[in-house]
Amino acid sequence: MFEDFLFRAFIAGIGVALIAGPLGCFIVWRRLSYFGDTLSHSALLAVVIAYALNFNIILSVFIISSLISLFLLYLQKRTNLPNDALLGILAHSVLAIGLLILGLLSFIRVDLMGLLFGDILAVNFNDILIVWIGGIIVLFLLIVIWKPLFAGTVNLELAKAEGMKSELASTIFTLLIASVIAISIKIVGILLITGLLIIPASASRNLSSTPVQMAIIASIVGSISVILGLYSSLAWNTSSGPTILTVALVIFLISLLPWKKLPIFKKQIRLYKTTDK
Amino acid sequence: MKNSLIELNNCGVFRNERWLVRGVSIKVFKGQIVTLIGPNGSGKSTTAKMALGILKPDEGTNLIQNNIKISYVPQKISIDWSLPLRVIDFMNLIEKHNMSNINKMLSMTGIGHLLYQDVRNLSGGEFQRLLMARAIAKNPDFLVLDEPVQFVDYPGEIALYKIIQEIVKNINCGILLISHNLHVVMSQTDHVVCLNGHVCCSGAPKSIIKEAEYIKLFGKNIDPALAFYEHEHDHKHLPDGSIDHSH
Repeated sequence: MFEDFLFRAFIAGIGVALIAGPLGCFIVWRRLSYFGDTLSHSALLAVVIAYALNFNIILSVFIISSLISLFLLYLQKRTNLPNDALLGILAHSVLAIGLLILGLLSFIRVDLMGLLFGDILAVNFNDILIVWIGGIIVLFLLIVIWKPLFAGTVNLELAKAEGMKSELASTIFTLLIASVIAISIKIVGILLITGLLIIPASASRNLSSTPVQMAIIASIVGSISVILGLYSSLAWNTSSGPTILTVALVIFLISLLPWKKLPIFKKQIRLYKTTDK
Repeated sequence: MKNSLIELNNCGVFRNERWLVRGVSIKVFKGQIVTLIGPNGSGKSTTAKMALGILKPDEGTNLIQNNIKISYVPQKISIDWSLPLRVIDFMNLIEKHNMSNINKMLSMTGIGHLLYQDVRNLSGGEFQRLLMARAIAKNPDFLVLDEPVQFVDYPGEIALYKIIQEIVKNINCGILLISHNLHVVMSQTDHVVCLNGHVCCSGAPKSIIKEAEYIKLFGKNIDPALAFYEHEHDHKHLPDGSIDHSH
């Protein structure tokens, strides 16, 4: 089964989509979409460094993104510039430095398009292991920190006052984003990974009424986007990463329809009322 | 001498080249209501945050007793649209409660019918009642209320203050209250601290109104004997919105 490239692509893509769902919800709730962008832009620099020093790419991406996050925290304390400006500064300067070094080190041969947009059809068995084992670890850690992270997302001061370790949880959460970007670069590429985090989560918002529901539906929407996107890219011979994201966008647009007015959703609310009481 | 739940010792917070508040010393004991009063920007919320341990004082010390259960009703919370959160989920935010306890707390604060509503559909007053319900559901040892009745209608305000009195009696917790309602402060509080960037004066309600600093800030027209006026309904609101004057 794993000899079929399409099967490998499905398994790897669904693995990324499943973990991107809940993580993407927190990114949307905490207004961190620019932060995701900044981290993924820094991945280019990380990959170039990995090639130059003959170092593991995934580890390099994880380390560089973590350093960038720490640097952002430092900048936030040092200046009063708004967060989006700081993120813009970091994202584009890191991207520029990555391209600059890439130009200087002419001996490196990097598949730039593959790096930017991913090459899901080229994943091997090893990549699948990394996505699934890494994904399960990330999901496990997210469940462990869920309560303090969520309480801090609703209101940091309230959570802190009542003894939640929300600041520690959000630092760990930052590292989790860095890891997901590291493990999914090969699947969707550094320019599209933020999209896979945010679009399914946003589509899910329109269909859900509790936080856990939103996280689960986001994973499902992401997986459907991967499956339909891969089939469409084969059918129309388009590149797979962008096709997956386009499908996700279509699902998002469909989610904007007034689904909650349908009888099935109303029934669900009534069901809650009778069972919980 | 019993131990205080929290103790601020000569505390101050320095931000953006000015002292928000300075030289504050406060103790809160079990079964006691301590109230902070003072004009806008006088450092009431900052003081409350030091008592909660959210803010570290830049001078002085804040001691919070170990292993006490703290509940906090912040001055304002805004919930982002992207976050789907129902009243029941908010009640379970920090600590999970059983359904009967949640229903009891919500009906006590008068929002029992809103259990499955999204919190963003709540009005300002309803949300304030929810904050209060969540805070007392925890059975806290120490409760901080930062203007708990803002946006609440007048009968609701009286009801909420009655609940505050009851919980002090029932669960014997210490309360730090920030309030603008001087009548309530004077009639229901054990100890009043008047802030204006520093502690102007503090003491029992009866003695504090005689202090020169207090009179300077609030005038001398406020009579502590003036208990709050109770709004007696002479009519009934029927469920369809009409009014029944018949009794």
